[in-house]
Amino acid sequence: MPKTVKLTPPLTNGDVRNLEIGDKVLVSGVIYTARDAAHKRLLDLLEAGKPLPMELQGQILYYVGPSPARPGRVIGAAGPTTSYRMDSYTPTLLRLGLKAMIGKGKRSPEVIAAMKEYQAVYLGATGGAGALISRCIKDARVIAFPELGPEAIHRLEVQDLPAIVINDCQGRDLFEIGVARYRRSPAPE
Amino acid sequence: MREIEVEKVTQGVKQAAIAANYEASADLLRALARGAAAEESESGREIFRQLLENASIAREDRVPMCQDCGLAVVFVELGQDVHLVGGSFETAINEGIRQGYGEGYLRKSLCHPLTRANTGDNTPAVIHTEIVPGDRLKLTVVPKGGGSENMSRVHMLKPAEGWAGVKEKVVGTVREAGPNPCPPIIVGVGIGGSFEQAAYLSKKSLLRELGLPNADPELARLEEELLLAVNDLGIGPQGLGGRITALAVHLLMQPCHIASLPVAVNIQCHASRHLEVVL
Repeated sequence: MPKTVKLTPPLTNGDVRNLEIGDKVLVSGVIYTARDAAHKRLLDLLEAGKPLPMELQGQILYYVGPSPARPGRVIGAAGPTTSYRMDSYTPTLLRLGLKAMIGKGKRSPEVIAAMKEYQAVYLGATGGAGALISRCIKDARVIAFPELGPEAIHRLEVQDLPAIVINDCQGRDLFEIGVARYRRSPAPE
Repeated sequence: MREIEVEKVTQGVKQAAIAANYEASADLLRALARGAAAEESESGREIFRQLLENASIAREDRVPMCQDCGLAVVFVELGQDVHLVGGSFETAINEGIRQGYGEGYLRKSLCHPLTRANTGDNTPAVIHTEIVPGDRLKLTVVPKGGGSENMSRVHMLKPAEGWAGVKEKVVGTVREAGPNPCPPIIVGVGIGGSFEQAAYLSKKSLLRELGLPNADPELARLEEELLLAVNDLGIGPQGLGGRITALAVHLLMQPCHIASLPVAVNIQCHASRHLEVVL
């Protein structure tokens, strides 16, 4: 039976193991944004043996490129972007202790395997609900790569950001199970 | 001959770009309400609820519905009795996009394809112009999100594959896309023409009001058949499983070469942004 869990990073392996596909989560505290361009920069830094702009151990990355904030506002619309574009970079970050990612859409078998190996989860936020999610963001500031504009790494303070566990650390996939329940045509090869 | 100042084009494009990003259209809200009522899965109904709430928050908080404010595609129907004066038409459209995305606090999502350097103002727009009878100018601004565009495909089928082949490509494209393009989606299908014309038709089909049947009864029947097949995939809202994978399938068709059967599938996310201005 799916449960509702409040999550605040840094997350432990115990926090991650408690999460199962279909569970609703409400994320609060500090999380970091990164899209593909920022991921590439992070991996370039690692390759060059340089420090990363933030600690990854126990942290949550949110795949988002927010729209600009109006004056006096914290942020603009801030819904998730499609996660598969980050797949090639993700296993390296999981190895360094990243515990959860928030995005939308499918992950690759390699990422799902790496989540199992390093004990991490993938959370789905509602794609296209950028206005709704913006209300959960209480503070936002750019901490790295400002030249990337919306793709810069932001430190966000969030309160009860809603998401659902898509892949847990047992290698299960909510998309496969959910779709199989409603499919009326033959399953793909 | 009627003269239209290109400055009016700039102002029209600017207002449409902003409004399309902030305000869900009435036909979309009705389609989402119908979807919510028809959806059997609990998680699917929850997604529909969030999308309707998102649309109200966007209006209340003056924040775009989605952070991906899109690549600006502009469909132009230019009356042949119109004389555009006061500057370059294309420059005027791009100036409208530049002002709209700047003053409207919209995300600038265009970049050099290889260096990935952002152009900074969301220009250039992709502009499609058709010359039509009359003395009016119709501009339709379509902010198109990257997530749904990435899941779109063009297929050049063998004529022998026929309707069954077309249907398999449409359904297969949606199946492959799965949760990625923000379902519930609208599926734009272009059949025939040439390689690029099929793609153009598939995007143009997305401009039709949601819930309005195709004016051609034969195409309306094919649309219904495709919608049933797509929704039988069980992908559901956000891919979590459910009955409503697509809110609609829109189809446009035109003759093609005797050797070809082009089929394009342009997937549109549930925001379905497009706004028309007539000058």
